[in-house]
Amino acid sequence: MKKETRYALLAIPLAAFGLAGTTAARADAATDEIARYREMIADGNPSELYAAQGEELWKTKRGPKNASLEQCDLGLGAGVVKGASAQLPRYFKDTGKVQDLETRLMTCMENLQGIDPKSVVAAEWLKGEREKMAALVAYVVTESNGAKINIDMKPAPMKKMYELGKMAFYYRSGPMDFSCATCHGDTGKRIRLQDLPDLRKQAGAAAGWGTWPAYRVSSGQFWTMQHRLNDCYRQQRTAEPIYGSDVTIALSVYLAATGKGGTVLTPGLKR
Amino acid sequence: MKNISMIAALAMASSAALAGSDDLYAEFKAMIDASFKTTGIAAKHRMYQLDFQKACSGEKDPAKSVMKVIEAEQLKTIRYPADGKYFGDWKEGEKIAISGRGLTWTDPTPDNNGGGCYNCHQMSHNEISYGTIGPSLLEYGKIRGNSDEIVKYTWGKIYNAKAYNACSNMPRNGDAQILTEQQIKHLMAYLFDPASPVNKK
Repeated sequence: MKKETRYALLAIPLAAFGLAGTTAARADAATDEIARYREMIADGNPSELYAAQGEELWKTKRGPKNASLEQCDLGLGAGVVKGASAQLPRYFKDTGKVQDLETRLMTCMENLQGIDPKSVVAAEWLKGEREKMAALVAYVVTESNGAKINIDMKPAPMKKMYELGKMAFYYRSGPMDFSCATCHGDTGKRIRLQDLPDLRKQAGAAAGWGTWPAYRVSSGQFWTMQHRLNDCYRQQRTAEPIYGSDVTIALSVYLAATGKGGTVLTPGLKR
Repeated sequence: MKNISMIAALAMASSAALAGSDDLYAEFKAMIDASFKTTGIAAKHRMYQLDFQKACSGEKDPAKSVMKVIEAEQLKTIRYPADGKYFGDWKEGEKIAISGRGLTWTDPTPDNNGGGCYNCHQMSHNEISYGTIGPSLLEYGKIRGNSDEIVKYTWGKIYNAKAYNACSNMPRNGDAQILTEQQIKHLMAYLFDPASPVNKK
């Protein structure tokens, strides 16, 4: 299944070269081809596999306390998964922090199971506890598919995180002087053939925030939002953001608040 | 020196205005400091801003007067080729324009970087995979000719785009040591050589 989809993707650029017209017209046609391809395989999103593993893991007793995550409170009450990730990040009174899905899951793992959050923070992507985290995320976000992005901006810490996230969005640094806004601060732009959502606007932020976490066809990997943001910074040529650090939470609040009211389509399916 | 501190002062004022308070800006800086770490060649000091980066980190560009000061400072960084030769091999230039590699924490060394030109610019008649963040450079030399003025301007623009537009999205390829002088010569040939697919159909 996975192999077949990879071969199908490889065929797209070749087909696009065969089309007549100007370079610009051919580029547009190639973009359309990718959109068509996405529709074609949308019915069989490989994320389902990860979500099934995640659901199993959610119910599995493990860690020093030999407990499952079934009593985890993702913001809608202990054990409520349906619709929970559409309302994250959220200010949690018990931790006194604004948390995204992944940092909240780390809190649950620590409190319920006795698993040290460091084991997630220090792991490599798609390995060890980080791999388990990705499966849990796939499960939880599948349960918010179709819901509206609806984060609670009333608590003061959320308002502050929004302001910090907005400042981070425009913060230029590193050898290439890039910020998030360099690529996502205008409407209708592309990198190579990849369309770029304008994350300053409701529609763009909803399209960006609302379709991650996602399965990436090109790498055959499921990426959480922390993974997505990490790779954005990698391409910005900054230093590496620490897993679950405040800058990642602040940016998430900025994106989710800007995209509020948009539809959550998770897990997404990406190039 | 006086100019640099003026940029810093103006940038500080605009950042504080954006944040709504000096306290929030201090908190923001502390957040950045606590949120990033050195990985591979991507050292943590990359998170600390140059004065012009700070001035260009608002929702809107700073005032024209501030931009003029930055542009004058950046113009001084441009090093023109020591041997007076501006053009290399356009075929090498094409490879550099296509490659978007380099300077991330997964790159082993800070050398041998690509120019990443196609990420943002249309360039040749053949390459359909181009971005649109920057203007099209199709038929660059054919349209503009090769007067000393346009050649020197183009070198400068590639070397340090901020000398012409303080808050340009384009990296300072020469000044920030992204590309070598020889690589810039190859890119120049790619843009100007009549045989290059940028100019020849």
